[in-house]
Amino acid sequence: MNTDRYKNKIFSIVSNTRVARKTWKMVLEGDTSDFTTPGQFANLAIAGKYLRRPISVCDYDSSTLTLLYDVVGEGTAEMSQMEAGENLDILTGLGNGFNTNECGSRPVLVGGGIGVAPLLNLAIALRRNGVEPEIVLGFNTADDVVLEDTLNELGFKTIVTTADGTYGIKGFVTDALRGENMTYDYFYACGPLPMMRALCNELQIPGQLSLDERMACGFGICMCCSLETRNGAKRICKDGPVFTKDELIWK
Amino acid sequence: MEMTRQEANNRLEVELCGVKLKNPIIPASGCFGYGYGMADFYDLDILGAISFKGTTLHPRYGNPLPRTAECYAGMINAVGLQNPGIHKVISEELPKMREVFHNPIIANISGFSIDEYRECCRLIDSEEQVEIIELNVSCPNVHGGGMAFGTCATSVAEVVGEVKKVITKPLVVKLSPNVTDIVSIAKAAEDAGADGLCLINTMLGMRINLRTRKPVIANTMGGFSGPAVFPVALRMVYQVANAVNIPVIGCGGVSSPSDVLEMMMAGATAVEVGTANLPNPYACKEIIEGLPRMMDSLGIETLRELGVRS
Repeated sequence: MNTDRYKNKIFSIVSNTRVARKTWKMVLEGDTSDFTTPGQFANLAIAGKYLRRPISVCDYDSSTLTLLYDVVGEGTAEMSQMEAGENLDILTGLGNGFNTNECGSRPVLVGGGIGVAPLLNLAIALRRNGVEPEIVLGFNTADDVVLEDTLNELGFKTIVTTADGTYGIKGFVTDALRGENMTYDYFYACGPLPMMRALCNELQIPGQLSLDERMACGFGICMCCSLETRNGAKRICKDGPVFTKDELIWK
Repeated sequence: MEMTRQEANNRLEVELCGVKLKNPIIPASGCFGYGYGMADFYDLDILGAISFKGTTLHPRYGNPLPRTAECYAGMINAVGLQNPGIHKVISEELPKMREVFHNPIIANISGFSIDEYRECCRLIDSEEQVEIIELNVSCPNVHGGGMAFGTCATSVAEVVGEVKKVITKPLVVKLSPNVTDIVSIAKAAEDAGADGLCLINTMLGMRINLRTRKPVIANTMGGFSGPAVFPVALRMVYQVANAVNIPVIGCGGVSSPSDVLEMMMAGATAVEVGTANLPNPYACKEIIEGLPRMMDSLGIETLRELGVRS
């Protein structure tokens, strides 16, 4: 007989602050026991919105959950107005997350825009496993840069690029990777599709990529985020959001 | 104590097309997969029945992404009948479903031709635990099929008549609200031999992204569902239930015990809960648990006393 597994949990907001031009950081307190690996996501019920908002987990420990999110529409705008002490109904532990066992010996983590969010927890998890990753973060402009300080404080080698050259290396993450003479043997990536496509085309090493898509349920039932892969149709929310480079089809 | 529990169970019991359901709550097709994906959330055997994901003869990937959009009190979907095809459903999905669910299964079948509907229904008819076949003639998200059958009384009658020839189980026809006169379509289905009706499927809708000035949904339009459509669904259930002599399953925006009772007071024998499962995977469980208290507050002893047909 099945036992009820109540995955939706009430979290309390500890802080919710703007950290870049369009990016907010929300720290929540609650039961994080359903999160098992970096790269999973949380699905937040927002007052006044019918569907939940899936937000990738930037970092978590036994009692706190850290989310980095861009304000891109009405739901995230609503989130940005929430204050410390407010409660949120969250479905936790969703998605497969990154496989941290399959990581080579010299992995690089590549993030673009708000796609940098899950890389913090991933970097920490890899280091815990005895593998030291290097990190490349790409943004459009200096005002968009997030997570660099945190990664530097933790001592991770971190390279930042901006498309307009206002901070770090001018250009895209692929430009930075070319400059690194490519001694990496594995990559993890999360970011806009053009970045992910460029990485898959340029990097002749295996890797894992975390995808983003509009979702209705977030737990594999509605088929709204279905992706055609080399292994058939996969649900980004349930079978993903992380897929291997080999599975993805670029049209 | 045992007696009280027995009574408590019985008060929710209904009979649908001759099939006894422990309660009238049925997760609607497309919002519950083939059931087993929901078994992590709660014990599925509390459900009256499950209507499984719309299934066609051949596997279908469905429509391009994005397939969904937020709306006031609801959502749009344009999944496009993604499913593994009837053969895989029988060989792989149903066995997994049976592991976690032991009450009646409603097989939701769709198609693009009368031959396809007939073949799928014939194959699923002999499956153990499938107690009712639900003919989806109302999917708004595929071209040349689905809703094309459900918006014309003559073609509804034709497909129902042909399917009835090859099945032994009760046939429920799921109707589209995207018609001028749903009563005439309902009567056509009844006259052609339908054993029951389910209404409504989603309403055709769309959203436009203000920044790109383009539709949010890749397929431009999609099916609008959720609490916002409940009054429309209720009105149609009321009209149809008063015009036919076969049982009607009420479907459309149902999200609470009170919605269920309203549907049954409008003439529904059972109620499908669809979109509510997506933002709240516990929706059906909460409705079933909340029904007795709601009935108590209204002086309703049993659902049967609401006088719905079986």
